[in-house]
Amino acid sequence: MEGILGKKLGMVEYFTPAGEAVPVTVIQAGPCVIIQKKTKVTDGYDAVQVGFGEKPERLVNKPLKGHFKRAGVAPFRYLREFPVIDGEDYSLGQEIKVNMFNPGEKVDIAGTAKGRGFAGGIKRHGFHRGPMGHGSKYHRRSGSLAAKGPARVFKGRRMPGHYGNERVTTQNLEVIKVEPDRNILMVRGAVPGPRGGLLVIKKAVKAGK
Amino acid sequence: MTNLTELFTGDLKKEVFNFRPGDTVRVHVKVVEGSRERTQIFEGVVIRRRGGGLNETFTVRRVSYGVGVERIFPLHSPRIERVEIVRRGRVRRARLYYLRKLHGKAARIRERR
Repeated sequence: MEGILGKKLGMVEYFTPAGEAVPVTVIQAGPCVIIQKKTKVTDGYDAVQVGFGEKPERLVNKPLKGHFKRAGVAPFRYLREFPVIDGEDYSLGQEIKVNMFNPGEKVDIAGTAKGRGFAGGIKRHGFHRGPMGHGSKYHRRSGSLAAKGPARVFKGRRMPGHYGNERVTTQNLEVIKVEPDRNILMVRGAVPGPRGGLLVIKKAVKAGK
Repeated sequence: MTNLTELFTGDLKKEVFNFRPGDTVRVHVKVVEGSRERTQIFEGVVIRRRGGGLNETFTVRRVSYGVGVERIFPLHSPRIERVEIVRRGRVRRARLYYLRKLHGKAARIRERR
C-alpha cells in the first residue's frame, strides 16, 4: 500500500528536542478504510479504493449506500484509489493508519491548490513587472507576445488567465513527526490547498535521489 | 475543524508566562557553542507579544552601548529556559514601537503596582 488520505489542518512552528524550530504542516491523516478491491479480472487493473472522513447517513445516496454496505462500513466523505501490485494482502474493511510512515522519510503530497481566479502574468507565471513610477505607465502588463514575422501568436504562449484550483503535488516532503494515536502527520514545509482541504499522501516517488 | 492551538497544548510549556508589554524581563537563553551549552541572559523591555499556541513569540528591546537591539524569542522554544520579570511597567498600548524613536528620559516606563 502506497498512500493515505488526509486533511490539512494548518501550519505551525514545531520544536525538535534539540530546540530547532521547524516549519511544519499539520495533517489529519487517516484512518482510512478499504472499501473496494479492484482486480485485473474484473476492472482491468489492480487497486484498492479507500474511504476517509465522516459523512452523515442522510447525505448518502442509495447507490453509494449499497457500496458502503458491501464493505460493511459507515459512509465516508472521500473515496480515492491507490494502485497495488497484489490485492491479496488487503481485505475489505481493513484500516490504514499514519503509522505506515516514519519520521525522516520522504513523502509526496497532492492537493487542490487554492483558487486564485483570473490572475495576471506576474502571479500566474512569475513575469517581471514594469516600473510603478517615474512617468512609467507600464505596470503589470505582459510584454511582447511574439515575433512580428509569423503574424500570429503561437499556441502555449503564457498569458493571464485562470490560476489555481487544480491538482498540485509537492514532492519529497520530510516527515517530521507521526502520532498514530491522534492520526496526526507533520511534514516539513508547505502543502497545496486551503486548511481543511483533502490531501493524498504517498511515499515519495523520487526518494533517495 | 480541529483547532491547531488545542492540538498542541501538550507541547506548550508548563509554566505561565504572565509578563506583558512594558515589563522589563531577563530572558535565559540556551546557546550552543560547538559542543558546549551555556545560558545567556538578555535583559530588556518587552515591546510585543504576538501569535497564539505554539507559535507565540515576544520581542525584547534593549539599548546596548547606544545601539538599540531587539530580539524576537519563540515563547515555547526549548531554548528559552525561563523568563524572569525584573520590573512591571504600566503602558497604554500592546505594541510599544514608539520606544524606538525615544531614548534617555523619554523612554522610561512607569512602574505598575
